[in-house]
Amino acid sequence: MTGIINYGAGNIFSLTAALDRLGIRYGMVNKADELATYDRIIIPGVGHAGAAMQKLQASGLAAHVGQLTKPVLGICVGMQLLTAYSEEGNSPLLDIIPLKTLHFEDRIDEKVPHVGWNRVFQENNCPIFDNIAKDAYFYFVHAYFIEYNTTFTAAFTQYGLKFSAALQDRNFYGVQFHPEKSGAAGEQLLLNFSNLF
Amino acid sequence: MDVKDGRTVKGVNFVDLRDAGDPVELAWQYSRQGADELVFLDITATHERRKTTVELVKAVARQVNIPFTIGGGINELGDADVLLHSGADKISINSAAVRNPMLIDQLAKAFGIQFVVVAVDTRRVDGKNYVHLNGGRLKTEIETADWIREAESRGAGEILLTSMDHDGTKNGFDCEFLKEINDSLSIPLIASGGAGNKQHFVDVFQQSNVDAALAASVFHYGEILIPDLKDMLRKQGISVR
Repeated sequence: MTGIINYGAGNIFSLTAALDRLGIRYGMVNKADELATYDRIIIPGVGHAGAAMQKLQASGLAAHVGQLTKPVLGICVGMQLLTAYSEEGNSPLLDIIPLKTLHFEDRIDEKVPHVGWNRVFQENNCPIFDNIAKDAYFYFVHAYFIEYNTTFTAAFTQYGLKFSAALQDRNFYGVQFHPEKSGAAGEQLLLNFSNLF
Repeated sequence: MDVKDGRTVKGVNFVDLRDAGDPVELAWQYSRQGADELVFLDITATHERRKTTVELVKAVARQVNIPFTIGGGINELGDADVLLHSGADKISINSAAVRNPMLIDQLAKAFGIQFVVVAVDTRRVDGKNYVHLNGGRLKTEIETADWIREAESRGAGEILLTSMDHDGTKNGFDCEFLKEINDSLSIPLIASGGAGNKQHFVDVFQQSNVDAALAASVFHYGEILIPDLKDMLRKQGISVR
């Protein structure tokens, strides 16, 4: 069963609706001792990374997420939380993956935020992309991005610059796009994650 | 999809509505066909509107795996907040924004510009394009280009521009005016009104360079299938998902 970290960071209706459609069983993780109940954990997140980090700390979960050895998937701001730092609110984050979350503004000539469908190019054989085309389209909504890195980037996207569309480090996975809004490819990714142990 | 009393409807030049089916069922079919986004404009004009709109949004969010926008009856932040938490990715505001332009600033600040679509209904009168309100029934003295510029500066994330002279006619988009607007805009512009065949989509992308094109009746009645349309656009060198 999949646990969703429930720390009040944005709307998770679309995520739970997608899991319902796919027949993936899930429950909510409100406090640290509930982490043990689940086989894998999703960290959702919409909105401000600094504010999300504060909420995660207030819930008492922040100190425990980094210790997990079961599969963890961060989505959008939930993925950014896995990194060391965000320029959004100059906020230190969980520092599970030693990368930085940076603002698009001033770095690219494209429109910010990056909203819409874009190609995701897989870099290695990350299992969350099983049975998904190597350059499939996914749906993005974000103004901050995680820098590209040859060690941790599992897939990249090009938008004014090359950034991490997906990360993997050990049992920790992250996706910048919204799989719950990304059609069949997004649903396959959620299914793939739900099969990880 | 124009939705009235829980059903999808479509008219010609905004009148003569006819039934085009259950919006949730249609939405599901379009997501399977490869539509990139859906737009629901709730034109139900009763006090029950708010409740039925929320129910529609929840039903769509439960069944559909692509992003969607909901418009109709959004007059204040609270209306938008409920829709966000029911699963809407974006909201569309039209007449309410013209009557109270500060609403755009407030929504953009509260939810981010990516959440705020400003829909504009335009009609040419004596050679000039004017904003029309209330589903196109009420002409204003505001020139469309001026209003779109203001909406962008206040925090609109996208503009959905419907040419009423073209809407429902199936004679093609208003490429000339769309190009004029698009050239002066730095946020995405969605073209709406007039799609009758696949070539019209090629024309609007090639001639006006808009970011997206919206159509209703040609899809509702199966005259254009989305996979065929995308094949044609691809062959013309237009990048599509």
